[in-house]
Formats: sequence, structure tokens, C-alpha cells
Amino acid sequence: MTIHASRRDVLKGGGALVVSFSLAGALGEALAQGAKPLALTEVDSFLAIDAGGVVTLYSGKVDLGTGVATALPQMVADELDVPLDRVKLVQGDTALTPDQGTTWGSLSIQIGGMQLRNAAATAKAALLDEAAKRLGAKQNELKVVDGVVSAGNKRVSYGELVGGKSFALKLDHAKPAAGKDPKDYKLVGKPVPRVDIPDKVTGRFTYMQDFRVPGMLHGRVVRPPAIGATLESVDEASIKDVVGVVKVVREGNFLGVVAESEWGAIKAAEKLKASWSKSQTLPDAAKLWDEVRASKVAKDEVTSNVGNTADAMGQAGAKTLKATYDFAIHTHGSIGPSCAVAEFKDGKLTSWSASQATHNLRKQLATMFGMPADNVRCIYIEGSGCYGRNGHEDAAADAALLAKAVGRPVRVQWSRADEHGWDPKGPPTLVDLRAAVDGAGAVTAWESEFFIPQQTAGSFNVPLVAATLTGMPAGDDIAPGNIFQNSAIPYKLANVKTVCRRLATTPFRPSWIRTPGRMQNTYANECFIDELAAAANADPVEFRLKYLDPNDQRGIEVLNRAAALAKWDKRPSPRRDQRGDVVTGRGVAYCKYELARTYIAAVAEVEVKRSSGDIRVTKFYLAHDCGQIINPDGLRNQLDGNVIQTISRTLIEELKYDRSAVTSLDWASYPILRFPQIPELVYDLIDRPNERPWGAGEPSASVVPPAISNAVFDAIGVRLRSVPFTPDKVTAAMKGAA
Amino acid sequence: MAQRKSLNVNGKAVRITIDDPDMPLLYALRDNLALHGPRFGCGLAQCGACTVHVDGKAVRSCVTPLSSLTAQQKVVTLEGLGTPQRLHPVQRAFIEEQAVQCGYCINGMIMESAAFLAKTKKPTEAQVKDALANNLCRCGTHARIVKAVMRAAGA
Repeated sequence: MTIHASRRDVLKGGGALVVSFSLAGALGEALAQGAKPLALTEVDSFLAIDAGGVVTLYSGKVDLGTGVATALPQMVADELDVPLDRVKLVQGDTALTPDQGTTWGSLSIQIGGMQLRNAAATAKAALLDEAAKRLGAKQNELKVVDGVVSAGNKRVSYGELVGGKSFALKLDHAKPAAGKDPKDYKLVGKPVPRVDIPDKVTGRFTYMQDFRVPGMLHGRVVRPPAIGATLESVDEASIKDVVGVVKVVREGNFLGVVAESEWGAIKAAEKLKASWSKSQTLPDAAKLWDEVRASKVAKDEVTSNVGNTADAMGQAGAKTLKATYDFAIHTHGSIGPSCAVAEFKDGKLTSWSASQATHNLRKQLATMFGMPADNVRCIYIEGSGCYGRNGHEDAAADAALLAKAVGRPVRVQWSRADEHGWDPKGPPTLVDLRAAVDGAGAVTAWESEFFIPQQTAGSFNVPLVAATLTGMPAGDDIAPGNIFQNSAIPYKLANVKTVCRRLATTPFRPSWIRTPGRMQNTYANECFIDELAAAANADPVEFRLKYLDPNDQRGIEVLNRAAALAKWDKRPSPRRDQRGDVVTGRGVAYCKYELARTYIAAVAEVEVKRSSGDIRVTKFYLAHDCGQIINPDGLRNQLDGNVIQTISRTLIEELKYDRSAVTSLDWASYPILRFPQIPELVYDLIDRPNERPWGAGEPSASVVPPAISNAVFDAIGVRLRSVPFTPDKVTAAMKGAA
Repeated sequence: MAQRKSLNVNGKAVRITIDDPDMPLLYALRDNLALHGPRFGCGLAQCGACTVHVDGKAVRSCVTPLSSLTAQQKVVTLEGLGTPQRLHPVQRAFIEEQAVQCGYCINGMIMESAAFLAKTKKPTEAQVKDALANNLCRCGTHARIVKAVMRAAGA
């Protein structure tokens, strides 16, 4: 295989490559879909090298504030032996980047990065073949330093070998190119500083919220005061005093304003008088869990079934333990509300947004507007952290609708209340668990049922708010993500049956929020195994080790290392040696993510103030094995995020609503963790350079709620089974136990 | 009605055209002056993402009406605090500690900390946490932010 033989002239075959190098200029110009190769099976889809030796990476996975805009180039630069600053990254542009799937599930490095690495390794092999020919040298005589191949005193650069031309090489991700031996890595495994931070701390970074196009107007949406309400009338005279209003856009139950200035749009949206029908579609919040339990079951999914639990439960002498856990509805709570810009021009739509799934958004917008997908281009621009599917896509639909209505580009910035009120929610989760324990305290059976919304088969389309409100094609998919994951347990027991009762409905439009399902399910499972340990009067770490698969040594190691890191005090819980108002405890939790990848074990240390029910996490220890670590500092940064954000979710967060709509529309009514409440964080990163890299953006969040609940039990002997663990719940649980 | 408003931003006298004298400073900075440092987060003075300095004091620009500002008052944004070539010590510390995840809140963290350190030379960690108690971060960057502020303080 040689580059020369199969090379196509870029200007003929893939003219887009040249344009794409100056992306800033290309942003405003519509680059047609289909001009650049996008197939996952082509090197050119992922990678181009220009005559100056600058490498451009095309990544379908995007940086959501997680640091992959550094880590992905780090992997590729190392594979190609080029300096990191010679690698440019283009992210999430449907005209330029391959569809590597939604940026979710901690897969950016595990899937996206490995595809890029495969492209780089394949390209490099071809470059070396070509270099060997040009230099008249053998492969084993070649050396590559900073993108220059040399043999003795003869040298040729990548730019000279391929500059500006396409590779025209095929990729098979199931059989990736061999690539470098991990012992030869120079950048992988190193704490390379993030490329975006200098601009972010000096105000030079352009977030989605900063992005502007010429001739752009400002839009705001006016959402119904009640979910499902009908727009009856709009009094446009109510905003006649607002300067610069271009148009009030009303379509079905969608209402929005477009103005010359952002402040004009804000004032118009605030002052616009509209009347809406009454609508009460939400359950009584006080009876949420009855409602969830009574919801129609669309289907039961058995996620594990070993032995015969019914028989084991019925065994004479078996003691049965039962518990029910619940986990509140959460909002994503991005600090920057969603924002998007859209432009319709010559029958084509260009949409700029911080969508974590531009390829999917493109199809959704095409469906909404009844246009061929080829006429829609979606471009990612980094926004505020989203932690899942927040409102970015909905803002993109709002912007497109308003842009179409006024015939000019429109920027839509959601308000704080729009974001808190209308982003899709992490659905409520209810879990029933039962276990049988024999006379010796050994667990003989485990049964569980998870009451969670269904996931529409094969579709992760969260319906776009604007499509639903206007009555344009929206679909009625329910897409909470793969929330069945980690309902099955990592422990080897003789009889296990775990069932997901997939509910036909759930109160709010659901979507995925960091560690979707894996967090809620791990919380229930890891608290319940702790209950069994306590019932057996066993040390919680030892009890888990007893049931972990002896063949799964990485799991055993991670748990042992977490215990060692925390100087785990080996004894059963609860401790009963404390007097006084403030008492302390420690709790452990373990997770093998999706029972297939990243291993995590945690120890939480807490203080509980008995008189008030306040919980304070003082120290949090984490042992983490995600295989090959690409950037240990980036990994630690992500672990901080997992732990701190999830302490917030566990202790504080809960969506508030009445029968009509969300009522927790700001940070006062939906508080999150603040600086004085953060714990000390201690990590043990287990690096395995010879293993494949797994995800780290969310797995460690899974162990936070159970480690805290178990630590509180250790401290006060009371089991918390309802997230968030508010002081009221702690106080009530203590009273109930007394 | 369009009217002119004079401001002093990042050491320069500027004149902008506005329709509403009570428009919050945030929109003048972002929309009229095309600055990216101050960020819209809530419009309610709850999160701190919009923080700027007015005469050295950290203020929430999302609730500061332009009518409350004179042309003499010195408004400084993240861009004016320091540049990539001449970083403010707090900015440098944030880079050294890699104290950013998505970074959307970081403007507020830096502006609040810089104003705080100007008054409090040798803070304790607890004082830093209290000083930042009304600045929200959703990514969970708090621990690194505290380290960065302590580093900037020379602690």
C-alpha cells in the first residue's frame, strides 16, 4: 500500500479539506454536506496533514469541558510523532467530522480516541512506507522526530510526503492498526496542560454564548407557564414600548420574540402578555413514588438471572431482607443557560450550538423542518458544561424556528428559568431489593426491581421543545439513555434476578445526566449490599471481597487499594462508640462500570450533626482503574468533577414542581454544593499502559451516593434510602429508628 | 430611545449607544463591547459568572444598571485584569493549577478572588472558601480553584 498509488488530488476529490483548515473563515460560509469524507472507515475522515506538516483532526466526539480537546490530540500527536502544538482539532461539525456517536457515556477516549488513534497509526504506517521508498531505506532504518522521517542523513517531512493530499486509506476499527508500543509513548500518560485554559482564564475563549454572525438578531423564548398549556392569545401591544423588537413569533404553542439587541429581546420576552390555558399534567410531588410505582409497565427487562431466586428465598431457615431506595429528579444545572445561533440561507440551515450530538441534531432539525438532512449543517461550539443532554439542542431548534420566521440569523439565549424549567430531566428512580441470608450470614439470593422509564428502541432523540410546542414533527420518543446499566450486580451469588420495569411514562421529558442509571442503580445495589454486610455483622469491605468474582482481579485490586488509601478501619458498621452531637462514619462503595469496564472503589468519611441532621462529607477517597491513562491530570480533574458534583446531587438536589410546571427555576430554589461544603479529595490512579483506555468522565460518580449513605449508617446507625439526603430526611430516619 | 453612555472599561474611555439606561452592565460589556470575560449565568446575582470589578470591587454586572455607573468609575473585566502575555497572578495560578473544567464560571472565580486577595493578603483556605461561597461551579472544580487562589496568595 502506498500513498502515491491511491492518492487523490484534494482539490478534485475532497476540496473541503483545504477550506476546513481555515475554519474560522469557513464558519460563516456554508460548506455543503458531503464534500469531505466522513465515513468511519476512511483515514481522511479523521485526519489531514497539510504541506506545512500541520495535522488536522476531525473528531465527532466533542470537548464538553472535560479536556478531550487536549487528550485526543495528545493521543494522535504521540502516535504520529508530531509535536502537540502542530495538531489542530475540529469538533462536531456535521460537514467535516465523522459521526462517532453522541459525546456521552465516557466514550470520548475509549471509542472516539481509539478511532482517531487507529487513523493515526494507519496513516503513519503509510507515511513510513512512502518515506522508505523516497529515502531508499528499509523500514527499520527509519526514525521519526517531530513529523520528520529520517534514515541516516536523509530526511523527508510528513508535509512533503502527503501535504495537502488525501490518504485514501481504509480503516477497520475492529482490527485496528498495531500502532506504537505503549513503552514508546512520549505524550500519552503525561499530565500535558490543557490547551484551552490560557484563553479561558483571560477572556479570549469563544464559547457558544459568545458566538456571533454578521446580521444576527437576538431571540428569546416565552415558554408556557404550565407544561401542556395552550396559547390562547398574545397581546403584541404590551411590548410596543420596547425598542428594537423585530417580530413576535407565534406558532401553535410556541412563542418567542426577536429583537435587534439582546437586552431588547429580554425585555420583550418579560413584558409580552399572553394568555394560556390551564394545564395540570404533573403528579402531586408528595406522592411521586406512589405514582412511579403505579405507572404502567411497558415491558420488563431481565438484566440478570442466575439460579432460582424464588426457591432460594423460600428455603427454610433463610432470613429475608427487603429495602426500597429512591433517587430524586435532577436537572443538569449548567451554569451557562443553553444558547444557539441559526441561519437559513438559500434553503439551507446552518445551526451553531453546544450540542453533544450534532449529527443526531441535524437529523432532528431536518425532520422538524421537513428538509433533507443534506441541507442542514450543525456545528459544535463549546458551551457551558452540560453533563448530558441539557437544553442545547432545544435552543438550537428555537433559534432555527426564529431564524426562519425573520429570514435573518438569530441567536437564542435561554434564561436561567428556561434552563431550570425546560431542560430535560434525570428521571425519578425507584428500586426494590430483597435478599435471602442463611443461618451463617451468607447471601443465598438477591432480587431487585428498578422502576425506570422505558427507552425507545434504537432512538436517543429527546423530542425538541420547539417542535413539540409548534406541532411540527417532533416524535414522541422517550430517551433517558441506557439507564438499565449496573442494575445487575458485580457479586457472584448463587441466585440472582434483577429486573428493570420499564415504565411507559415518567413525569418530565427525560434525558441522560452524568452517570445515568449507573449512578442510581449502583447507589441502590451498593447500599443494599452494605445492609447485608451489617446484617451479617461483617466488615463492609471484607463482605464485598467475599462475593467478588475471584477471576476479576482488577476489581479486587481496586477495592483493596481504596481501603488501603483510606486506611480503612476493619470492623462491622455501624460504629457504636460515639457520644455527642457531631459523629463521624466511613462508608465504602464499589462499581465495575456497566459490569464491563472502568473499575472504581470509594471510601467516604462523613460528619453527621445529630441535632440538625446535617451531613458533611469531610474526605473522599477514590481508587480508579480506567486502563491506560492518557492524561493523569485531566483524569484527576474529571474525578474532582464526578465526586463534587455527585455530593451535591446526593445531599442537596431535588427538582421542585407543582401540578403544572417546574417551580425550582433558579439557584435559590435548586441549590447546589458551595465552596465551604467541599471535602478533601484523595485518589489512587491505577495506570495500566498496556491495557486499552476506558472512560473516566462519569464512572466514579456512581460510587458517591452509596459511599455517603453507608458512611452515614456507620456514623448514626440509620440507613438513608432516599436521595437527596436532606437534614429533614436524616432527622426523620433517626426518629423512625429510635 | 437611542442614547450615548460613557464608561471607563479596562482603562479606556468608551462611548456606547443604548436604548435603555437601566440595561445591566453585562450586556454593554458583552454586546456593545464584544468582551467574552463576563458571562451570563443567571441574571439574578446568584451564580457570579458575570463578575467584574468596579473601582476594584467585585460586582455582579448582570444586576448593575448602567445608570448607576459614571464615566469615571473604573470597570475592569477578565480581559483587563491580565492578558496572555501579562497574566494577573490569579490567572497564572489558575493555569498552573489547571483549575478549569468547562470554565464557564471561571471568570467569576478569578474576578472574585482577585478582589478578595487585594484586601486579604494571607488568607486561610477557609477564608478563600467563604469568599467564593456565592460563586457557583457546576463542574466540581472547587478544590482546584481553592488551590489556585492559595497559590496566587503565595500561601
